Amino acid sequence: MFGILTIDALPFYSWVAMTGAGVTVLGGAGALALVAWFNFWKPLWNDWLTSVDHKRIGVMYIILALIMLVRGFVDAIMMRMQQAFAMGNDGYLPPDHFDQIFSSHGTIMIFFMAMPFVSGLINIVVPQQIGARDVAFPFMNAVSLWLTASGAGLVLVSLVIGKFSTAGWTGYPPYSGIEYSPGVGVDYWLWALLVSGVGSTMTGINFIVTILRLRAPGMTLMKMPMFSWTSLVVALLMAFAFPALTVVAVMLGLDRIFGMHFFTNGDGGNMMNFINLLWIWGHPEVYILILPAFGVYSEVVATFSQKRLFGYESLVYATAAIGFLSFTVWLHHFFTMGSSASVNAFFGIATMIIAVPTGVKVFDWLFTMYRGRIIMHSTMYWTIGFIVTFVIGGVTGVLLALPPADYLMHNSTFLVAHFHNMLIPGALFGYFAGMNYWFPKAFGFKLDEKWGKRSFWFWISGFYCAFMPLYVLGFMGMSRRMEHYDMPEWQPYLIFAAFGAVLVMIGLICIGVQIWVSVRDRARNMDLTGDPWNGRTLEWATASPPAVYNFAIVPTVEDVDAFHDMKKRGVAYAAPERYEDIEMPDNTPLGLIIGGFGFVLGFAMIWHMWWLAVVSLVVVVACLIIKSSNDDDEHIIPAADVEAIEKERLKIIASQPPHPVIGAPDSPVPDGSPVPGRA
Amino acid sequence: MSVEATAHGAVHGEQAKYEDREFGFWVYLMTDSLIFALAFATYVVMIQNYSDGPTQKDLFSLGHTAGETFLLLTSTLTFGFASLAMRAGQASRVMLWLAVTMILGVGFVGMELAEFSGMIAAGAGPDRSGMLTAFFTLVGTHGVHVTLGSLGIFVMICQVAVKGLTRPVRSRLTRLAMFWHFLDIVWIGIFSVVYLPGIL
Amino acid sequence: MIQLPKTLPIRLLLTSLSLIFVSGCGLNTAPILDPKGPIALAERDLLFAALFVMMIVVIPVFIMAFLVVWRYRADGGKGKYTPDWGYSAGIDAVIWIVPAIIVIVLGYLLWNATFKLNPYKPLASSEPALEVQAIALDWKWLFVYPQYGVATVNELAMPVDRPVSFKITSDTVMNSFFIPSLAGQIYAMAGMTTQLHLVADSTGSFRGRNTQYSGDGFAEQWFEAHSMSNEDFEAWIEKVKQSDRGLDDASYAELAKPTIKHEVAYYSSFAPGLFGSILQKYAMNQDHRNLICTTTAQSEPVTPKLASLRKDANVRHSDD
Repeated sequence: MFGILTIDALPFYSWVAMTGAGVTVLGGAGALALVAWFNFWKPLWNDWLTSVDHKRIGVMYIILALIMLVRGFVDAIMMRMQQAFAMGNDGYLPPDHFDQIFSSHGTIMIFFMAMPFVSGLINIVVPQQIGARDVAFPFMNAVSLWLTASGAGLVLVSLVIGKFSTAGWTGYPPYSGIEYSPGVGVDYWLWALLVSGVGSTMTGINFIVTILRLRAPGMTLMKMPMFSWTSLVVALLMAFAFPALTVVAVMLGLDRIFGMHFFTNGDGGNMMNFINLLWIWGHPEVYILILPAFGVYSEVVATFSQKRLFGYESLVYATAAIGFLSFTVWLHHFFTMGSSASVNAFFGIATMIIAVPTGVKVFDWLFTMYRGRIIMHSTMYWTIGFIVTFVIGGVTGVLLALPPADYLMHNSTFLVAHFHNMLIPGALFGYFAGMNYWFPKAFGFKLDEKWGKRSFWFWISGFYCAFMPLYVLGFMGMSRRMEHYDMPEWQPYLIFAAFGAVLVMIGLICIGVQIWVSVRDRARNMDLTGDPWNGRTLEWATASPPAVYNFAIVPTVEDVDAFHDMKKRGVAYAAPERYEDIEMPDNTPLGLIIGGFGFVLGFAMIWHMWWLAVVSLVVVVACLIIKSSNDDDEHIIPAADVEAIEKERLKIIASQPPHPVIGAPDSPVPDGSPVPGRA
Repeated sequence: MSVEATAHGAVHGEQAKYEDREFGFWVYLMTDSLIFALAFATYVVMIQNYSDGPTQKDLFSLGHTAGETFLLLTSTLTFGFASLAMRAGQASRVMLWLAVTMILGVGFVGMELAEFSGMIAAGAGPDRSGMLTAFFTLVGTHGVHVTLGSLGIFVMICQVAVKGLTRPVRSRLTRLAMFWHFLDIVWIGIFSVVYLPGIL
Repeated sequence: MIQLPKTLPIRLLLTSLSLIFVSGCGLNTAPILDPKGPIALAERDLLFAALFVMMIVVIPVFIMAFLVVWRYRADGGKGKYTPDWGYSAGIDAVIWIVPAIIVIVLGYLLWNATFKLNPYKPLASSEPALEVQAIALDWKWLFVYPQYGVATVNELAMPVDRPVSFKITSDTVMNSFFIPSLAGQIYAMAGMTTQLHLVADSTGSFRGRNTQYSGDGFAEQWFEAHSMSNEDFEAWIEKVKQSDRGLDDASYAELAKPTIKHEVAYYSSFAPGLFGSILQKYAMNQDHRNLICTTTAQSEPVTPKLASLRKDANVRHSDD
């Protein structure tokens, strides 16, 4: 009945694990209690859980990302504390626990923090930015969300029932094979990846079709805003890289469940095949995480420099080149596996070539600011902090691309510092910038600037304090993933790094305070016009928050900066002659049900409850059949209703002072003083 | 396909929605073909990892494989007839040809299961060696696809029976046909990469 | 509102920085910055050379970032404002071509260095290389000296200035063999042999370790590598030969069991073909050919008795 699940799976063996489990359970209970307290059940179900609206799905993705960011960060600071103390002693974490923490930290941050953040931003912004009313496949979009949430749920549950993997986020066999990791930990990791990976593939397909087929009339590919361009490339990477992850995870699962021999020691297994397949997905994945942030920076830097984006075409070609090249460099993750010199040299050079388009992008952003009028909004702080910090990560990346140098630095804390140096400024800072930039679009009020800037200063100083010492420790010969050590000269650096983690923690708290303060003071920070920053792209043409259909009349695009161009021509808020009926998809609980049974399927497979696995598979297939047999899944919003909503919107806009039109002959040179209408 | 030409917006009508779905299905088939490509690559990497176990020559039978191939190729033809009938608007013929296709598909899966169980009974199961692991996974993945495809055909027979050849039903049938022909192409790959070199 | 956050992180940062300097940095003895052999030295120098070349791009970016932000800030910046300016063929060309040239230069460096520092390449020397077979076990290293008929655990010795030729494999999960002071690392994988060539050019003791996470004993899986004069090395070999322990099938099976912090052990003899038999346990296919893999697996003469050990030495995590 319960497979291999017994009462021993509960974490009564260590107080640290108990605390983790307790916090997880209490957190879940607390969330439910809040919903009950505010009697939020009905709107929660009707407007959120069953929603197929891309904006709400996007918001839910980002809520998931922020929760998992906190969870992943707790892992991080626990590791920093352990290493700060564990000089010549065992510290407070036994190896088995430390190993679960570094594995779950990486898994959570990549799959359940960064991926949902990316999907969330793309979901909220891209349809509006390309002038579409929805994504191509709204139901599939909901399924993707709930599969991602299920994967995250599996990781969270592993804290309470059973243990998580100790094999690191990459789970190299044969260590992750059943022979060397007989517990359920690796299975938790595998099923979390499998369930959410399928969701990511579907997100990729969805946005390829959305971006290629639903653009507003006149928006050719070369008039598409940069964020949409990076999203298109990311969608292509998701669709064509994630199948490799699915394949490699299924293979490892078959090894573990059925005793097969893909990657085992002996019996004809070949562990090198795993490593190749994993990184065929893994390297594009890096760009799946980073390119959307590049897109955010491109939007932010143009808006707040109050100037056209410099070198738009260069940026497009650079983005496409990065996307393409990301499939050609996977071997640089294992130069030390004994490949021949020519193979290593080939992949090393391919890797360095990526530095060229990336460098071009950095210069394009700098030249966008050049001869602009830079408003030092918090999003610009994140952007400038990114540019400076990312360049350092790029340099260390090129160093690691040199195979002989990689022989020295591979598996060391230098490597750890390098990829955090790419992913924290290169991805996370961009997501934060995006969150601050598009928050008013999603919720109708702006985030608090003061706390936003505070969080930036703590994050960036915390980042430098936490990771610069790790570069040095790499030179001193410290390997990654050591839960204790006996080299006294390492300890000061590790204490310093732990101090950096504390700063980051304060930065994270600042973000929480920022959100709290902004919600509390929302009346003062309302965005009534839908265009709080004097924006340049189409998403600022909708209301904040947008009507469910985004655009009552789909605009016709004549310029890359479509909305800026409309403002310049004075047609931004022109009322149409007549409104039309709009067809929108119905909400449905099927996405949530499929995701939920995806979770049950994973849980059943982990604990060998075969009957339950079969039941959940049948339910999932049944849901798909039900959905595919339903031809009446859309409703009409009558033109009269649309007209009422839009008239009200235009009335409010008319009551607000307009933004100065950037670049118009009679507009004053903006000087950074609060421009009327920007409220 | 010209992407520029399809950029349309204001009136993204009924027709365009079905085109979106077909385009999306093409993209899905590309992701699925990646799954098969990697399973093929894995098989080729492990093609000689016998671990002192049986080799392809010991296991494969030309007659059996030819039978499977015959069933699947014929089913692709009969699905073609179903598609032609759909265009002609003949619902009952569509159902007839779909039923034939499904029977052929189920027959194919049955033959494959017989082959698998015979191999497992002979001590050549997927846990015997790296080569067999890769073989069972590649061929089995295709078999799972054919099974799901057969289930899809069954659902579509029901839909045609209940709804008739409405626009959404025809759209679904078109996509199902793409899926079925895709599986046929994959099988030709399996036949030429796995069985043929193994027997020769 | 509270005004401290702007200065607080900076003050805390300075305090901690001084802490590191007070404690003496430890950088002058960092094995990678202060290598003890020509291979590690060449690898380090390549790193520095590349770092230097890249400064051509990095320094302008830093300067530009600060200057641009200062000069074109909306709040009092003095620079010209051209809101519709978005393209310059000249700038576009420079930002593509200069990084491209740098990559070409680095690519040239990389290509040569990768061939020159290929770990599989034997080192030229008047003396024959010292052959060592390194076997990764849970969680220790076994070193076999076929030229001398001895074996050691968690201690490696080599004569200074004499090249050492390693053949490396694993009798457990994937490991990575690394002596930072002497040369870069290479993976150790069951059923496969990887190779590493290095030489120490000064005497001393250097720490080596497994860098690939391998389980509970990973943190303690290190060993000392001693570089010594020829005479000292002969004496060391004699000392190992005096050991009353030999490494036969039974004692190898015992040794291969997982242990943490295994003490240094000397074996005056080992079963012939030990290394080959460990490889053979995990051989992938009948004819021992490794087809498409990127690493060359080599087969060596097999001792049937050891081959029969198979994987019973690998029972781990018994408590799990």
